[in-house]
Amino acid sequence: MEGLYDGNMELKEIQTLAGHSDRVWSLAWNPATGTSNNPPVLASCSGDKTVRIWEQTPSNRLWHCKAVLEETHTRTVRSCAWSPCGKLLATASFDATTAIWENIGGDFECVSTLEGHENEVKCVSWNASGSLLATCSRDKTVWIWEVMPGNEFECVSVLQGHTQDVKMVKWHPTMDVLFSCSYDNTVKVWADDGTGDWHCVQSLGESNNGHSSTVWALAFNAEGNRMVTCSDDLTLKIWEADVGGMQSGNDLVSWNHLCTLSGYHDRTIFSVHWSREGIIASGAADDALRFFVESKDGLVDGPSYKLLLKREKAHDMDINSVQWGPGETGLLASTSDDGTIKIWELATLT
Amino acid sequence: MVSGLINANPVIYEKKERRVRSSPSVGDDEHAVEPIDQLEVFDHIRDIKDPEHPYSLEELKVVTEDAIEVDDNHSYVRVTFTPTVEHCSMATVIGLCLRVKLMRSLPQRYKVDIRVAPGTHATESAVNKQLNDKERVAAALENPNLVDMVDECLAPSYA
Repeated sequence: MEGLYDGNMELKEIQTLAGHSDRVWSLAWNPATGTSNNPPVLASCSGDKTVRIWEQTPSNRLWHCKAVLEETHTRTVRSCAWSPCGKLLATASFDATTAIWENIGGDFECVSTLEGHENEVKCVSWNASGSLLATCSRDKTVWIWEVMPGNEFECVSVLQGHTQDVKMVKWHPTMDVLFSCSYDNTVKVWADDGTGDWHCVQSLGESNNGHSSTVWALAFNAEGNRMVTCSDDLTLKIWEADVGGMQSGNDLVSWNHLCTLSGYHDRTIFSVHWSREGIIASGAADDALRFFVESKDGLVDGPSYKLLLKREKAHDMDINSVQWGPGETGLLASTSDDGTIKIWELATLT
Repeated sequence: MVSGLINANPVIYEKKERRVRSSPSVGDDEHAVEPIDQLEVFDHIRDIKDPEHPYSLEELKVVTEDAIEVDDNHSYVRVTFTPTVEHCSMATVIGLCLRVKLMRSLPQRYKVDIRVAPGTHATESAVNKQLNDKERVAAALENPNLVDMVDECLAPSYA
């Protein structure tokens, strides 16, 4: 593996997707697409209160807007997430609701609306099996919903622990363990104690080498034994799970700070995502994209990460979200306050 | 009514004389882009009305020209404002007005930081954090009551 990504990668701008009339907050690639006979599809959501579905045309590889999901949310749509099977799309809005959309013969219909949060819902995430959904809000709570037959969603737990606005929730890629990050500067880990009661099992704060300002996002590596978080404190932090615990299949593994990447972005880092190939992408309010890989140079001091590539002025304004595409395509999508989504390809120099 | 005000008797200062910005002299390229400076930014915000008094932020010395830092090359502005009293609950509204006005007036490429002057507010870091969290700002601007309040304060600044 060593040297695989050493300086021989280039970032190609493939296409700019215009259509939203306000800032684009977030995007989600449909995980069931991007295979040889199934062109990649992604959803984007915006301050214009709509969600757009984009699809790549196989013949010319150009992207086009396939559908606009509107007249359901009455305020900003802050985040969106596809169910693992790719049939349902969940959208979280500042209107305090989460909507569930089903693709019925190419048309997206809102089949359920999840109500309960007191104010802005900031994020929504499906667990690996698609049986649970998590949402979080400025009301400081995290809700866990069980997916029932007939597009019914039942709230099974309201998690209280954050002292401020919860910015993001994300399920672990293999275990039913939930992670949340907040304006209170912490990342919290939530697990079921085996009786259906959910508890905070770990809180990663400044005293555990955690962040000193709002934590905006987190992502996992493919193996699920490392996590990266990004923050308003202008750093990215890598965390590692205790490996023995992972191997024994115990959900209650503890996470430890591995290293901090600082000095790369000079304004708030809003988004981070880890590719299956091990490349971390970050997007920030400095309009720039950064890519990091594990460095094998300094093994004496333990694992470290180094900058692989950077792109200044990737967008005209703040970058709000970066997400790697499904499959082995090397595609990355980014969203921005400039109202666009950009599709990028990280390729090996030939 | 008077007893309900956060600061019932604010000190009113004189407005600074308006300076005419120097126009390019004959022979200069008329299409040359003039860099944005302190005074230009000040002109955008000086007439914003205080949320609880019929005076402008300039008259209350909540904003001054000197409290504006501009770096046009790096498209960066920082405005430091001084609430009239330490416990001013209107500080976030004033900050929101400043942010909205600059968002609407400056080119898109600009990054704007808004903060209260160090030592002038009881919950300084909390106010600063909120004013610079764009998600909180975006949500606030979808709240009709807050938008009405902001628009009312901004109205004189468009005159």
